[in-house]
Amino acid sequence: MSASVAAALAVLWPLLGAVLVALFGEKRRNARDSASLLTASSLLVLVATVILPEVQAGKRPRFELLDVLPGVTLAFEVEPLGMLFALVASGLWIITTVFAIGYMRGHNEQNQTRFFVCFALAIAGAMGVAFAANVFTLFVFYEAITLSTYPLVTHHGNETAKRAGRVYLGILMGTSIAFLLLAMVWTYSVAGTTDFRPGGILAGKIDGTALVVLLGLYAFGAAKAALMPFHRWLPAAMVAPTPVSALLHAVAVVKAGVFTVMKILVYIFGLDLLQTTGASNWLTWVAVFTLLSASIIALSRDNLKARLAYSTVSQLAYIVLGAALASTWGVIGGSMHIAMHAMGKITLFFCAGAIYVGAHKTEISDMRGLGRQMPFTFAAFLVGSLSVIGLPPLGGSWSKWYLALGAAEADHKVALAALMISSLLSIVYLMPVVGRGFFSSPIAATYEGPHGADHENHKDQKNHGHGAPHEPLLCVLPPVVTAAGCIALFFFADRIYLLLEGMFLP
Amino acid sequence: MIEHLPILQILVPMLTAPLCVLSRRPLVSWGLALAATWFALATSIQLLIRVLAEGTISYELGGWPPPWGIELRIDLVNVFVLLTVTAISSVVLTAAPRSLEKEIAEQRHYLFYAAYLLCMTGLLGMTATGDAFNVFVFLEISSLSSYILISMGTHRRALHAAFQYLVMGTLGGTFVLLGVGMLYMVTGTLNIVDMGARLGEVGPNRTVLVALAVIVVGTSIKLALFPLHSWLPNAYTYAPAMVTAFLAATATKVAYYVLVRFVFRVFGVELAFTALRLDAVLMPMAILAMFIASTVAIYQSDVKRMLAYSSLAQIGYMVLGLSLASVTGLTGGIVHLFNHAIMKSALFLALACVVLRIGSTKLDDLRGLGQRMPLTSAAFVGGGLGLIGVPMTAGFVSKWYLVLAALEGGFWPVSVLILLSSLLAVIYIWRVVEVIYFQSPPEGAAAVKEAPWSILVPTWILVGATFYFGISTSLTVGVASKAAALLVNGDAP
Repeated sequence: MSASVAAALAVLWPLLGAVLVALFGEKRRNARDSASLLTASSLLVLVATVILPEVQAGKRPRFELLDVLPGVTLAFEVEPLGMLFALVASGLWIITTVFAIGYMRGHNEQNQTRFFVCFALAIAGAMGVAFAANVFTLFVFYEAITLSTYPLVTHHGNETAKRAGRVYLGILMGTSIAFLLLAMVWTYSVAGTTDFRPGGILAGKIDGTALVVLLGLYAFGAAKAALMPFHRWLPAAMVAPTPVSALLHAVAVVKAGVFTVMKILVYIFGLDLLQTTGASNWLTWVAVFTLLSASIIALSRDNLKARLAYSTVSQLAYIVLGAALASTWGVIGGSMHIAMHAMGKITLFFCAGAIYVGAHKTEISDMRGLGRQMPFTFAAFLVGSLSVIGLPPLGGSWSKWYLALGAAEADHKVALAALMISSLLSIVYLMPVVGRGFFSSPIAATYEGPHGADHENHKDQKNHGHGAPHEPLLCVLPPVVTAAGCIALFFFADRIYLLLEGMFLP
Repeated sequence: MIEHLPILQILVPMLTAPLCVLSRRPLVSWGLALAATWFALATSIQLLIRVLAEGTISYELGGWPPPWGIELRIDLVNVFVLLTVTAISSVVLTAAPRSLEKEIAEQRHYLFYAAYLLCMTGLLGMTATGDAFNVFVFLEISSLSSYILISMGTHRRALHAAFQYLVMGTLGGTFVLLGVGMLYMVTGTLNIVDMGARLGEVGPNRTVLVALAVIVVGTSIKLALFPLHSWLPNAYTYAPAMVTAFLAATATKVAYYVLVRFVFRVFGVELAFTALRLDAVLMPMAILAMFIASTVAIYQSDVKRMLAYSSLAQIGYMVLGLSLASVTGLTGGIVHLFNHAIMKSALFLALACVVLRIGSTKLDDLRGLGQRMPLTSAAFVGGGLGLIGVPMTAGFVSKWYLVLAALEGGFWPVSVLILLSSLLAVIYIWRVVEVIYFQSPPEGAAAVKEAPWSILVPTWILVGATFYFGISTSLTVGVASKAAALLVNGDAP
């Protein structure tokens, strides 16, 4: 199979998986969940064995699906950045599926079939975003992700979920229609195309204030990147079941946002244009503001998932910062952070889910001494935290290294300082979770009901009884695997670096 | 036979109407009406193929050559409108019988079919004719029969709505007649092509200015452009479900075409936009329609009425495309004419399913519809996504061209406004989606079945078309862009 067909197939594959899942339905749930797992694993095989070697060899497999409007084509083209995003999304989908099966069954959640169908649709959207050959294709799949994750965010169907869904859809769809679509049509009207091309397509076509405005439309239009002030949807979406938060809000959805920003800055504007005009200077300040203030807000959150959510907002701003610096190192660091942060943050979300399933705790202050009863979970949490903070020997250290290099290269001292301060802040907001877990004494032997009731559905209390905290295998295995992944990424970062270097080849 | 198709398309529905009255049996009249509408659809497809291959068709009634005789003139622009009208009429009529059983007494069904065919005759005649006075005649035929159709609604207020429309519609018709009279006075001809040529020689004098004003006002009443829209919400709300689906997709569209035709064909870009600044009037009205109607739609407690206000906003988009007076803008307007016809009739047919099973379109009664009528609910969401303009739906294509045209014309605030107003569509559609999917059915509500296939299939055909024409646009955009070039520049590219 040629890589270009494989690229189209990679988008289609999760859709087929969704159909299979729907066909099996609730009655044959073992077959249904196997179908999910099988689609996920075969997708990774497809992406990693057929497409990856071609891209590493410097080729750009391209597949044109259809002409929607004159000059506007639905087409896929795989380049290094998209390749990396596709690998991250498809790889973590497998592990999340394992976790989701354990979590959803453990909780006897309603509408599991719909859940897995929408999950697969969202992954199809992520693959489409990753492989999009032009802004139009990217936009189509970007909206597909929004729509397919809406039922996931509102999974519980209660009043809280409905309200969160409103914020989620309102911000994501509002910004994408009002800003992103406008930016896309604008690009098309000045450049006559929306294709991603090395070096960008806007040089000489548009300049001055208009360029800055267009950049703003793109940066805020891709609100999945959660730049302030359009970040509110992310904490709101945490009402979703934890597997959704894990995959979608550490990987597919948010990374689709920063990926969009990165890709547009590199392939539509072009680094040269940004460097010479300084059009992205203001964006570095927005990113710096976002990453610092989100870190501070994270400090004040006692609910573990809310704290992780704000940590995500902060870490996403790192990636936008890398892009906005418009330096080679910054772009490589930011792009690498897509992978590194995904692995680290998904570990943390898995742990949050495992703690909830195993011990019914959602508030950090209730987790005293829990580490002794759930050692694997808390050890994985420690590893994930250190990776997000950026300490060796964990993957996150490399991306921060390159981001800092990028800031130095652009001679942006404030950005450099902000990176360091924010890393320190992330130590302060992540380490207490582990510290409490291992070093504080447990509150009491008797089990208390879950707090923060509006954050999780707690009808499962009956099903679980009031036993001591335990670690269900399907919920503990995934964080341990991804924690190991964080370590592995430290040693294999050169592979990612070599892949990403291809972005700057002509 | 083939060369007589332009007139047969109008004659067949017209002559089938009295046959329906003679037969008096619901099923027989339905069969006759169905045959006539599908024949008209086949004819428009045949005409489209011919126009694409050979260019404009001129059919001389009674063999009298224009400008003395009456001419039917089928070009790329109106063949597209003919296709829209016949396609929607055929699909809606196919779905009609089950819905009529619920809403109209059986002994009056034959009258419904007769009025439906006459209305269609009027709409097709208005579109196809090359004679300005004929436009008025057919306008009255379609208007009178649509008053009958609206008054057939179950609620007594339908009579009031029909009367309101009658008053407004007559005013509109009279204005058009007045304008045509003045143009005749100035040019001495009624043939539209001839009139356009001679008006170019006359130039912008006061009579021409007044003629333009009254014709724009007259057609704006018929197409319900803000602030001349007051008849539309009631008419759409209280008419039988099938009538709303039919009229929403056809009547205002044909009125839009008449406006486009007078502005571009008779007055011409030079006269209408450069000398008389029509854009300065139409653009603000269109933008106000987009915002005010969408905002009002958000506050409606009846979904049918909400969609009626949404129609007003969509008419705003079409008129905005016209007021930009560029090929891209008019392409957007004409494409939206077709796309909106499909989306809105899909939505109104979905509501017809709801009326049939639940008996109401009040938002409160739709609670839990997602569980009770899953296919109907999904169809509503599909049509709604089109209305919002989600990519890969027909609505996106229209929006793309309108925004592009605004940017090309240098009206960047307008492009922002187009997109902001479509956010209002997100709100009013999602309000319904939340009620349908997040609330449980009302206490003590009777169990309901999913709607019958005879309505569901046509509904889903239109929903499918909403997506199809969002993905494959060679027909819609291809024809509309050529048609727009024909109107703006006077020749096809």
